[in-house]
Amino acid sequence: MPSLSPQSLPSAEVTPDQLEQGSSPWRDAWARLRKNRLAVAGGIVLLVLTALCVCGPWFSQTYQDQNLDLGAVGPSGAHWLGTDTLGRDLFARILYGGRISIMVGLVATFVALTIGVTYGAVAGFLGGKTDTVMMRIVDIMYALPFTIFVILLMVFMKEPSENLDAWLRNTVHLEGLQGFGNMLLLFAAIGAVEWLTMARIVRGQVLSIKRMEFIEAARSLGYGRRRIIFRHIIPNILGPIIVYSTLTVPAVMLLEAFLSFLGLGVQPPMSSWGALIKDGAEKMEEFWWLLVFPGSVFSLTLFSLNFLGDGLRDALDVRASKD
Amino acid sequence: MLRFIARRLLETIPVLLIIITATFFMIRFVPGGPFTAEKAVTPEILRNLEAHYGLNKPLYRQYLDYLGSLLHGDLGPSFKYPNRTVNEIIGDKLPVSLELGFISLAVALVLGLTLGVLAAIKRNTWIDYVCSSAAMIGICVPTFVLGPLLVLTFAIHFGWVNASGWYTPIDRVLPCLTLGCVYAAYVARLTRGGMLEVLNQDYIRTARAKGASETRVIFRHALRGGLLPVVSFLGPAIAGILTGSFVIETIFQIPGLGREFVNSAFNRDYTLVLGTVILYATLIIGLNLVVDVVQVWLNPKLKFE
Repeated sequence: MPSLSPQSLPSAEVTPDQLEQGSSPWRDAWARLRKNRLAVAGGIVLLVLTALCVCGPWFSQTYQDQNLDLGAVGPSGAHWLGTDTLGRDLFARILYGGRISIMVGLVATFVALTIGVTYGAVAGFLGGKTDTVMMRIVDIMYALPFTIFVILLMVFMKEPSENLDAWLRNTVHLEGLQGFGNMLLLFAAIGAVEWLTMARIVRGQVLSIKRMEFIEAARSLGYGRRRIIFRHIIPNILGPIIVYSTLTVPAVMLLEAFLSFLGLGVQPPMSSWGALIKDGAEKMEEFWWLLVFPGSVFSLTLFSLNFLGDGLRDALDVRASKD
Repeated sequence: MLRFIARRLLETIPVLLIIITATFFMIRFVPGGPFTAEKAVTPEILRNLEAHYGLNKPLYRQYLDYLGSLLHGDLGPSFKYPNRTVNEIIGDKLPVSLELGFISLAVALVLGLTLGVLAAIKRNTWIDYVCSSAAMIGICVPTFVLGPLLVLTFAIHFGWVNASGWYTPIDRVLPCLTLGCVYAAYVARLTRGGMLEVLNQDYIRTARAKGASETRVIFRHALRGGLLPVVSFLGPAIAGILTGSFVIETIFQIPGLGREFVNSAFNRDYTLVLGTVILYATLIIGLNLVVDVVQVWLNPKLKFE
């Protein structure tokens, strides 16, 4: 990440008004990103989808409204994307499921990000034997069948998570938090899997940056390790962190949908895109729209996230190497 | 090389032991046993059942017993299928999953390498754009969307193939295509990237200058270096294909080990879950080791790292 290192910042001799016209590395990156049409399109699609999912359910009353007489009907003027077998509007359900899918994507990525960045930064900064051991652990974990453990965790922790829900309802009187334990479990399980790549990338970046003079300066000022890692090193490797977070979100959403498709993820009455796809795949012979629309929205989201991530990588000039 | 392999083999022993221990205790510490789901049995019968399967012994005793029989290759009796051992069930179901996995891997490699090499040698032409877009679509349309869509189109609409089952060779087409496509997409992207990097290097120019034909340059000189990223992707790909079969076997109702594993987890069939996890872990770790060895063999520079 040479473009973001302090050496490339304007030096002190520059007068203030020259500085006004000059460009910061972040502004350069923004300009490069804007030229990438696919990335911009991806970003816009994501913004629109998120806005719809967040605000849409406020304006429609039909998410849980059942019309059993209606049953499943195809797309029409009244129900743009048709209804499911219980006569619930599919468009509203996709928006509502999107809230869950997007939330899982963001929160679980944040969990993975926190673990990965801390682990990678500590390993890279301490170096030596600690680094060797820590990264060997990551290597070994890479080779493990992690999906299997996530499945086991989701199955076997179901009861404890339901107990947590009951406790929250009965003892703390938090009625609105239906399925909270289940979501917590989902975040933990997915976050625990997806941090490995982030740890590797961050460690590589830290190794290259910790020999630089400004770190030496911070050391000579007597700052502690924690302060140097979090205040001096991590802000300077934000570029790769942002890029790989953007690319982790689709991976996380895919894992959530995978689990929900197997019936292990988000539980009814809550819904997510994965759960809607599962439902659609079971009924597609008669009601194709139940599969096609949730599937398309989900794929479109993954497309947009990947294009945006690739665009960010080019714009921030992050090399794709893993070490 | 032999030392490298020996060291890695030694390393797998503690890793497997940790996996076995973690899975064993995770399953046991969670409320609800394999017999609680069944229609209410009298306490007496429950005690007899537990005694029959050794569940009344102290936990550490059960663990040691399990490890002991594991050393003899015995994974114990299944709790949910009376009179069947886990070994029998795995022996029944594993070949199906392996067949699905190997054909899918072949699909991924053949399709991915072709698209990737084409895209690289026709860089920035419409061929490249078509191949690269196809790869992006493959990555972004997950198997559990692609699979049902293929069934909807080719089985239900056109009626060319069966929607589910695993009887005739033609039943293999849709599942293997579905599972292979995602990895074909990754392989194509990696191949394209790897080839582009190699094609710019001096030794390729030398080969061309010596009058080697374009085919020879690509297949004899460029491909070997360009394939390195693909080889290092094979480890994750194999793990992904093995676990991806859980979903594929559910969609296409294939009687494989993947579906059996998910069911056994739901049913809390302790021994079957444990046996399957151990098997998958061994398979994945073993295959990763093979991939690593191939990688070092292809790229001797790695030996020093």
